[in-house]
Amino acid sequence: MSQWNDICSVADILPNSGRCALLGGDQVAIFRVAGGDGDTFYALANHDPFSGANVISRGIVGSLGERLVVASPVYKQHFCLDSGECVEDGEVKLRTWPVRVEGDRVLLAS
Amino acid sequence: MSKREIVVVGNGMVGHHFVNTLVEAATGDRITILGGEPRPAYDRVHLSDVFAGRSPEDLALATRDTYKEWGVEAVFGDPVAAIERDKKEVVTEGGRRFAYDKLVLATGSYPFVPPVPGHEHERCLTYRTIDDLGEIRAKAKDSKIGVVVGGGLLGLECANALQNLGLQTHVVEFAPGLMGVQLDDGGSAMLRRKIEELGVNVHTGKNTQRIVDGDDCALRMEFADESVLETDMIVFSAGIRPWDQLARDCELAVGERGGIVVDTKCKTSDSDIYAVGECALFGGRIFGLVAPGYRMAETAAASVAGTDGVLFQGADMSTKLKLLGVDVGSIGDAHGRTPGAMSFVFSDQRENIYKRLVTSGDGKSLLGAVLVGDCGEYDTLLQYHLNDIELPADPQALILPNVGGAPVGLGVAALPATATICSCHNVSKGDIVGVIDAGCCSLGEVKAETKASTGCGGCAAMLKNLVDDELAARGVAVDKSICEHFAFTRQDLYNIVRVENIRSFDALLDKHGKGMGCDICKPAVASILASCWNDYVLEQPHAPLQDTNDRFLANLQKDGTYSVVPRVPGGEITPDKLIALGYVAKKYDLYTKITGGQRVDLFGARMEQLPDIWGELIQAGFETGHAYGKALRTVKSCVGSTWCRYGVQDSVGMAILLEERYKGLRSPHKLKMAVSGCTRECAEAQGKDVGVIATEKGWNLYVCGNGGMKPRHADLFATDLDDETLIRYIDRFFMFYCRTADRLQRTSVWMENMEGGLEYLQQVIIEDSLGLGAELEAQMAAVIGAYQCEWKTTVEDPEKVAQFKFFVNADATDENVVFVRERKQVRPATEEERAAMSADILATAS
Repeated sequence: MSQWNDICSVADILPNSGRCALLGGDQVAIFRVAGGDGDTFYALANHDPFSGANVISRGIVGSLGERLVVASPVYKQHFCLDSGECVEDGEVKLRTWPVRVEGDRVLLAS
Repeated sequence: MSKREIVVVGNGMVGHHFVNTLVEAATGDRITILGGEPRPAYDRVHLSDVFAGRSPEDLALATRDTYKEWGVEAVFGDPVAAIERDKKEVVTEGGRRFAYDKLVLATGSYPFVPPVPGHEHERCLTYRTIDDLGEIRAKAKDSKIGVVVGGGLLGLECANALQNLGLQTHVVEFAPGLMGVQLDDGGSAMLRRKIEELGVNVHTGKNTQRIVDGDDCALRMEFADESVLETDMIVFSAGIRPWDQLARDCELAVGERGGIVVDTKCKTSDSDIYAVGECALFGGRIFGLVAPGYRMAETAAASVAGTDGVLFQGADMSTKLKLLGVDVGSIGDAHGRTPGAMSFVFSDQRENIYKRLVTSGDGKSLLGAVLVGDCGEYDTLLQYHLNDIELPADPQALILPNVGGAPVGLGVAALPATATICSCHNVSKGDIVGVIDAGCCSLGEVKAETKASTGCGGCAAMLKNLVDDELAARGVAVDKSICEHFAFTRQDLYNIVRVENIRSFDALLDKHGKGMGCDICKPAVASILASCWNDYVLEQPHAPLQDTNDRFLANLQKDGTYSVVPRVPGGEITPDKLIALGYVAKKYDLYTKITGGQRVDLFGARMEQLPDIWGELIQAGFETGHAYGKALRTVKSCVGSTWCRYGVQDSVGMAILLEERYKGLRSPHKLKMAVSGCTRECAEAQGKDVGVIATEKGWNLYVCGNGGMKPRHADLFATDLDDETLIRYIDRFFMFYCRTADRLQRTSVWMENMEGGLEYLQQVIIEDSLGLGAELEAQMAAVIGAYQCEWKTTVEDPEKVAQFKFFVNADATDENVVFVRERKQVRPATEEERAAMSADILATAS
C-alpha cells in the first residue's frame, strides 16, 4: 500500500506554479493551483519526454478549455495536470502521483 | 520543333521584366540577355537611396544566379555593337555573335546633356547608373557646392542625392518652373517654396551659355541673362533621350526626335524585332516611367510566346512620389489643357499645400489633378480618373481640408472590377477579388499570389483596405484574440491595462477574461504590465506568469541548464571586469562564448547555481543583461571617433548612453540597437530594430531592421539629429511599439503591417500627428525611473533565492545534466555519450 511522504510546506510552492521534489530516485513536479474554494495540488513526472530535460516543474500552469495543463518550458507541449496526458500527442503520458495536503504540509504517495 | 533563340538587348528594369515574364510563360525558348552594364538589372527608380545609406546590392532585381536558375544565358559588360538583320544576328563590342529568332530591344535611355561649351569638363557628370553614383560620390568628396542642371523629376531626385552628400545644392532649370511636365504653375510654385525651405537653391528660367573655370570654385556657369553661378561640380539631369543608335544603324523606323517606333504589340518595323521601355516610341511618345515599361514588356512577351496578350495602347502617366521629402502627385491632364475643362484649386500657404482638380465642363469626370505637399487624396482621385467614375456634385470637397465632417473619399467597395490597384504589376481589383474567391484569406497571401504592392508599394494602404473589405464581405471574421482566455488583441489589452490602471494578471482576468490563463496570455500580460509599470518581475503575483527565462532570469538551454549574460553597455569593458567574468566562468566551469551583441555568454549554469553566480557578478560591478527577456538586449557599437581614423562621432559614448537609458525596457519582442561612428557602419546598425549612424552633423536614425530568419535592412527614419532629438524619437518609437505591436512581433513586421508604414510612423513620431508625443515620452521616463537590476533585487531576498533550489525537499542536483569536455570547455553530453557513460558505470558497479 502506498506510503505518504512529507515533502515541503504549502508556502514553498507559489500559487499557480510548480516545484520539483525528489521522491526516492524520482523527480516529481508538484503544482499548486489556486481556486475560489482553496488550492488544489497535482503531481507528475518532472522529465519532459520531448526535450529529454527535467523541466516540467518550471512550466507555466494554465487551462485549455476545461482541462488544467502545464506547458513544457522547452518546446511548449501541454500536459494535463490530473492525468499527465499530452494534449498535442495522445501517445505520450507523464506518470502521476497522488498528492495531498495536511495542515500546511504537502505530501506525496510513493 | 527546335528551340527558338530569343535575344534581349539591355538588362535594365524593363529588359529584366520581359525575361521574367517570358520565363513564367514557360515557352521552352532559349533566352539570352545581353547587358551593357557590368552588373545585372537593378532598381533605377530608387537610385538616390544609395546616398541615403542603401547599398547598391539592395537595389538589385536579379543576380547572376537568378538567371542561372531560370535557365537564361546572361552576358554583362559587353555591349551590343550592331544588329545584322540579314543574318538575324547581333554582334557585341567584344566580337561575340548571337543568332536570334526574335530580338527584343530594351536599351533604355541616356541622360540628355545640353551641348553647352565646357560640358565635357571632368567635374560635369550625369545621373543614371550605379557607376554614375560612384563618380558623383567621388567628386562630392572635395566639393562644397553642387549644381543639378534640370528641375524635372530626375533632376530633383538628383538634388536630393547631392543634399544627402552634404553639398550646398542648387537646381538650375531652363523652363520657368520646376517639374513643368507634371505640374501646373501653382503646383510648381508651391513645390519651389517647399524645397527652398529645405535649403535647396532654385534658379529657373536660366539658359546656361558656358561652363568655364571658376574663381572661388572649380567651375563657373554663365547664363544668358549675364548672371553667373560658381560650383564645384555639375550633374546634368535635364531629361532623357532614347538609346536608339542600334536601331538607326540597322535602319529600323525611328521617330524624328528619336525613339524606336513600335506598334500595339511593341513590334518595330521588323516584325522579328521588338522594342520596349524608354527606347520605344509609341503614338509619338516616349514613356519614361517604369509602369508603362513593364506593360510593354508584358505585351511583347505575350506576343513572343504567341499567347493573347493585352495590346499596348499607351499608358497613364499619373505619378505620385516624394521629392526631397515633399509629396508630389500628378494625374492625367494636370495643366487643364482639355478644351472646356474646369478647375478647382485649393492653396494653403501656411502648411504649404497646393491641390488642383481638373474636371470636364459638366463637372462629372476627373480629367486631371495636381497635389503638392499632401498626397492623401491621390489614390481616390486616380481611381476616379482611370475608371471614369462620376464625380460627386461638389467635386471640390475631394480636395478641401476635412474640417469637422466625415472624410470624403472613394471606398474600395465603390471601385469597378477593372480598377487598377497596383500599377507596377498591373493588378486590378478583379484580380484580387479572384484570388480571394480562390481561397486567399490574408493580405500576405494576396500579395504572394498577385504580386500586388510588391513593386513601389504605393498602393499598400488601398490594397489592405480592399482585402479587409472583401474578407469582411465574405463573413470571414478575422479573429485577433490573443488566446481563448481573452477576446482581445495584445494592443487592446495594453490599452485596458493602462486606462484602467490594472496592476496584475488576476485583476485583468477577473474583469476581462475567462478560464485561468495559459502559456500564451500569461507571459504576454506580464510583458504588458512590465512595459507599463515596470514592477520587479519576480514579485509574487507576477512570478508564475513569466516564461521560464524570465522566471529564472537566465536563458534555458536544451538540457535544462541556463546561460548567463551580464550587461556590457556598448560592448565597452575594463580589463578588471573581463578578468572577473573569466574568474566566475572558471570557478563554476561555464562554457564561455562571445556573442554577436558584444557581450559574453556563460553556459551550463545549473538553476541552483544562478544566485551564487550572480552574487559574484554583482560584486564585480555587473548588472543583469536581460538576455532572457523580450526586452532591450544590447546596443552594439564600433569604436568611433575616439580611436578610429574615420569616425566622426563618439559611437561608444552614445551606445552606452542609449543602453543605460533603455536597459530593462520590456517589449512585445526582443529589441536590439547599434551605433556606428561613421557611414562605414562597422556596428551593423542597419540590421537592428533601432540603428544610429553618425554623420558630420549629428546622427542618422534607422528603424525596424533585424537579422534572424528573415533579415531586413532598417529604413532611414530621420537624418542629422542632435543627441536630444535622437533620444526623443527613440523614446517615442519604443513606447509606440510597446503600445501597438502584436505579441512576439518584431519591429520590422509591426511596421510592415501598419497602414501607411514608414511614412505613417514618421508622422506619429516626428510630426506628432496623433498628439501622443509627450505621453509616450512621459511613459518612457516612468519606465526608466523604475529601473532596477532584477538580479540584485533577487539575490538580496532569501525567499526569492530559495525558489532557485532544484529540489524543494533536497539539496541534491539534477543528475540528468551531464557534461563532457570539448575544445577545453564543457558541453552537454550527446545521447550516445550518455549511453556509453551509464554502461561504464554499470560495468564499474558490477
